[in-house]
Amino acid sequence: MDYLALYVTLKLALVTTLVLMVLAAPVAYLLAYARFPGKSLVEALIYLPMALPPTVIGFYLIIVMGPRGWAGRVWEAATGGSLLFTFLGITIASVVYSVPFAVQPMKAAFQKIDRRLLENAYILGLSKRAAFLRVIIPNSVAGIAAAAVLVFLHSIGAFGVLLMVGGSIPGETKVASIAIYEAVEMMNYEAAGLIALSFIPISYAFLLLINRLNARAGA
Amino acid sequence: MTLSASFRKRLKYFDLEISFACRAGKMLVMIGPSGGGKTTVIRMLAGLTMPDAGRVVFGDEVWFDSARNIHLKPQKRRLGYVFQDYSLFPHLNLFDNAAFAAESKKEVHDLFELFKISHLKKRKPHMVSGGERQRCAICQALARHPRLLLLDEPFSALDVVTRRGLREELKILKGRLSCPVIYVTHDIHEALFLADEILPVVDGKIDRGWMQRTITREPGEGISARGAREPRLSLVY
Repeated sequence: MDYLALYVTLKLALVTTLVLMVLAAPVAYLLAYARFPGKSLVEALIYLPMALPPTVIGFYLIIVMGPRGWAGRVWEAATGGSLLFTFLGITIASVVYSVPFAVQPMKAAFQKIDRRLLENAYILGLSKRAAFLRVIIPNSVAGIAAAAVLVFLHSIGAFGVLLMVGGSIPGETKVASIAIYEAVEMMNYEAAGLIALSFIPISYAFLLLINRLNARAGA
Repeated sequence: MTLSASFRKRLKYFDLEISFACRAGKMLVMIGPSGGGKTTVIRMLAGLTMPDAGRVVFGDEVWFDSARNIHLKPQKRRLGYVFQDYSLFPHLNLFDNAAFAAESKKEVHDLFELFKISHLKKRKPHMVSGGERQRCAICQALARHPRLLLLDEPFSALDVVTRRGLREELKILKGRLSCPVIYVTHDIHEALFLADEILPVVDGKIDRGWMQRTITREPGEGISARGAREPRLSLVY
């Protein structure tokens, strides 16, 4: 079995989840509480990766991260390396691909918090930032955990966007879904079947977890 | 320290226009029918709602002045605010709730003793009764050493017996407080029992005759019917 591909998959899903938990929390906070012109347009833009075919996202990421794209040029100037066909490249792709799955449940969790709790925090002297960290986050744990599980599951299932941005370099960018695809291409059904089978318990366990978290968040 | 406030604010059904003052150690009870603007006044004092115009001065500190564009944030006013509910943070136990903005933990222990909830320190808010929650909410507000204490119908969600007990405790506490206290209620007995001064607020305006009109209404309707069964009220009037 291609353990290396499984390892890359889990590493990618874990890093994506960690990055998105940090990045998505303030974005979800702004969408939940802030009022600014063009908010619905910004929100739709954040959710766009959910509505686009993964290959379309992959295509635009190649344009931006490639040697002629602005991100690719900046990265090359800074490090001398390329973003495409690297683990960093597929991590960026995976983050972009999963952004909506992090922001949406977090926003919903933040919105559930009674406004009076926040007002009481302000009365007790907390700044908005401190109230976010000491009141909103601890009271949204179930929602945040549900977002993390969703992102993790969505990341381990990514295929098209990763193939376009990262190709299939063993140990670097070749994730399990690509390994399955390649094994099938080579008529190696046994190898494909083994990797595919390993997904089932992982995904099933996470789905059970998400159901429990949703039940807790709704309680 | 004296608090003096005047506000004007356009609300959905009427214009709120009100001025009052409250001296340190005194309790001003704002009373009136629901929806008359009492909570809006309290929220404007706390800095949570912006008045259209007006001025709030505490001692020699200006908290709000529409003419000079001054609006001190709620965080900077250092006041205590006890809500009808939702004052406590669900993720913290009672002690951590009360100690949330406390100056000293020892004081929180003392307040818990005073309010007889020391045995509940480790309980989460959903594991205690409504009366115990409100006791803790008062501890939370007091532990911050507030310069002004605002109580917005703090006992209205409680049963009559608990309410009476808390009313009495609050009266004892009032004697020890050195800050102005503003108390909002729609319960006349509570107002008469606690107040140093009563401010009836009806449709956003001070209506001094409201108490008298309400109490002397024919028995059998509203507050006067309850009033007739309350010996304290018949002694006062």
